[in-house]
Amino acid sequence: MLTLEELTTDYGPIRAVDHVSLEVPEGSVTAVLGANGAGKTSLLRTITGLVRPTSGRVKIEGEDITRWAVEEIVRFGVAHVPEGRGVIAELTVQENLRLGGLWRGRDAMPLREIYELFPRLEERAGQPASRLSGGERQMLSIGRALVGRPRALLLDEPSLGLAPVLVAQIMSLVRRLADTLGLAVLLVEQNARSALSIANRGVVLNLGRVVIEQDPHKLAADDRLLHAYLGF
Amino acid sequence: MTKFIDLTLSGISIGAIYAAVALALVLIWRSTRIVNFAQGAMLMFTTFIASAVINGGGSYALGLVVALASGFVLGAVVERVVVRPVENAPPLNAVILTLGLYTLIVAVAGMIWGNTPRSFPAAFSLRGYRVGGTNLLFTPNDTFIVLVVIGVAALLALLFRRTTLGLRMRAAAFAPEVARLLGVRVGRMLTLGWALAAATGALAGVLVAPSVFLGPNNFDPILISGFVAAVLGGLDSPPGAVVGGLILGLALSYVSGYEGSSLVPLAALVILMIVLMIRPTGLFAATRERRV
Amino acid sequence: MTAVRVALRSSTLLRSLLIVVVAGLVLLLGSDQLSSYRDLQLATGAYYFCVLAGLTVLAGSSGQISLGHGALMAVGAYTVGKLGNAGWALVPELAAAAVVTLIIGIPVGAAASRLRGPYLAGATLAFAVGLPALADRFPTAFGGENGLTLNPPTPPASLGVNFPLERWQAWIACAGALVVVFVFYNLTRSGVGRALRAVRDDEIAASLAGLRIGRWHTLAFTLSAAAAGLGGGLLAVVTGTVAPGAFPLQLSLMLLAGVVIGGLGSLVGAVWGAALLVFLPNWTNDLASSFSLSANVAHNLPLAVYGVVLIGAMLVWPSGIQGALRAVGRAARPALGGGIGTGAQASAAPETPPPDDARATAPPEASAKTRSES
Repeated sequence: MLTLEELTTDYGPIRAVDHVSLEVPEGSVTAVLGANGAGKTSLLRTITGLVRPTSGRVKIEGEDITRWAVEEIVRFGVAHVPEGRGVIAELTVQENLRLGGLWRGRDAMPLREIYELFPRLEERAGQPASRLSGGERQMLSIGRALVGRPRALLLDEPSLGLAPVLVAQIMSLVRRLADTLGLAVLLVEQNARSALSIANRGVVLNLGRVVIEQDPHKLAADDRLLHAYLGF
Repeated sequence: MTKFIDLTLSGISIGAIYAAVALALVLIWRSTRIVNFAQGAMLMFTTFIASAVINGGGSYALGLVVALASGFVLGAVVERVVVRPVENAPPLNAVILTLGLYTLIVAVAGMIWGNTPRSFPAAFSLRGYRVGGTNLLFTPNDTFIVLVVIGVAALLALLFRRTTLGLRMRAAAFAPEVARLLGVRVGRMLTLGWALAAATGALAGVLVAPSVFLGPNNFDPILISGFVAAVLGGLDSPPGAVVGGLILGLALSYVSGYEGSSLVPLAALVILMIVLMIRPTGLFAATRERRV
Repeated sequence: MTAVRVALRSSTLLRSLLIVVVAGLVLLLGSDQLSSYRDLQLATGAYYFCVLAGLTVLAGSSGQISLGHGALMAVGAYTVGKLGNAGWALVPELAAAAVVTLIIGIPVGAAASRLRGPYLAGATLAFAVGLPALADRFPTAFGGENGLTLNPPTPPASLGVNFPLERWQAWIACAGALVVVFVFYNLTRSGVGRALRAVRDDEIAASLAGLRIGRWHTLAFTLSAAAAGLGGGLLAVVTGTVAPGAFPLQLSLMLLAGVVIGGLGSLVGAVWGAALLVFLPNWTNDLASSFSLSANVAHNLPLAVYGVVLIGAMLVWPSGIQGALRAVGRAARPALGGGIGTGAQASAAPETPPPDDARATAPPEASAKTRSES
């Protein structure tokens, strides 16, 4: 259970996250939508501790992790798949995966299980990650996040740059992971329809503020709202 | 002909020293994207410490171990206290800072031990091998130098490629923010990188001290050559550092032998400029430059 | 009166002439009051100022750091040494020092212009160590270890028979410094200065705007080399000897400290830096005597201070003394009104983001840390 209470982040005079409050239960997917600059990435970076919030709280299963260091937050079970995937190009696929679970030690998910989820990665295990395609990199970064057996999974625009077929695959995978592993998933996306198709809850951010929080089906069907905030 | 062989062999020996210094510079560059201009001063300082140990009655081996240990500590302290604040600052700040550190360390060494160069013992015999009736300039000590440097380079390679610690250090060096998101304690890895680099430099200092003598400024040419070797091999490449060191050692040995030792620093400069004009990322370039 | 003020405000040339004339008068009259020893210090400060001015303009305006200016001083000094002994007069030999160093500065600057940051520092470091060694390689031409000696410049008869040598040397050195002030003051405020700063701030943007980066860097380097050469030539005139031992690597590091403490890019800062270089050895000597410090400590104390200055400036106050004064001046400006100003251009020193949480406060789009994804 990931809880945000009145979370606010400022970059100097700019308020990037404005009193955001959210609850993401275990085994569920919350889609966070909004146009560019709406504050979606800043929100995730604040949760993981890359950026210090001005005020407000972040809690994981009741534990206040707001002022923790990034490494501590991650070791507490928050996995963040960053914007652009964050695949370390100089390392091999296998090394990238192992890296995700080093801090877990023996309790980390065995790579065998990751390869069962992503057979393509096994084929490329020894190759440098720079050789992977966009879709394979997305698989790698999600797989890498899973190795540490996280409780919460933050995904920043996983569909970016991917063909629609791949996007659909990734989204259904995320849904499956939430259900089978009991993850609390916070899914930031610009691709609203695909995100809402797997979400339990839909949230729209504008200028850092939550402007709509709704059942995803209603949100997906409500064109006027979508036009207003998403520009299409 | 013997002169050529002598120059080649001594080039390999001094090249091993340059390789060790270059390796230290490369390790620091890879982890923090800083060229540690204070490296020469740091290794001079640790060699002085070793000298104090040996003069106080310790064995050569003990002196060497103390040098490595103090280098390790010095590197860690410098990174944590002095360098950490400028790691995210414009590169100019780090350049000026490490130069200031160089100046300070040289001054402090002069304060503690004086400015007159003194001798430093060698590990093994300094009498050249006798081959087929002629005395070579290459000595058992030179063999020791080459073997030790190659050994250390191999150990470091093993550390980085085959251990979990090495994996963490590489991740922290290549992508610090992503590494943090994977639970790697990036700060500690950077400190460790500096510590290992400084220890490697300390090794070079002890190995080269018998030939250049020990004084606050005697290691300046070594730093410059180490820098040129690192650039030659590619600042991002540890194997490049080793190869660059050997190539530079040979080149400068020939210059010194045929043209005189006073031209050596200028020759190093010329080689540096040639590399930077033709192939700025070095012989073993892993990354390409950013062009618009 | 307003017409004058308007003219001054709009014409950089007029302003600089005024500054030079006023400063010249002050120095002229002031040097009368000084003892011989102080006159010597004034002269020393003046020739350091020449080099520092060039170096600070180079670093501040065009973002290049050079550790080779000590070697460039040597070029100017040796030029004066050779020409002086060959019978050249004072002004021609000093002009020649500047010109020769400028000419040498062209290829060095062209090479340097293609280098950045640590590469440039390393290359100029090698230059600083390598060039003076030439004197050993060609001992007959350059006098080897002992170098060349010069006859001191004789004051003209019109000044009187008892005119002190040191004051004459101070006048010469100050005249050189004023020339440097005039040139660089106009330079930094001209189109050239603006181009340099554009290149410093964002090379890619500047090149897209049509500026030839390489040429501007080379120009900046060449001009600062000329200033260094003049400084070196004045050093020869003032000290009377030119030897390789006077131009060690330490000199270049001292110069760097002088520039950093004054504030990169600031001409007034160069004055502070020159003062530091002149007075520090005396201060440390006094300190050493009063605390009965050993000879080793006393000898190395100035160098230690330079090191601390460089480190401290980067950690605590990157914009140096002048930056601090400017900050105070900005706060006081509304009360003082306009005017000729402090003489320092508002060019930035290297800026450090606020410590530590700098990582935490960068907006996501600027995340430069993830180097791996391409």
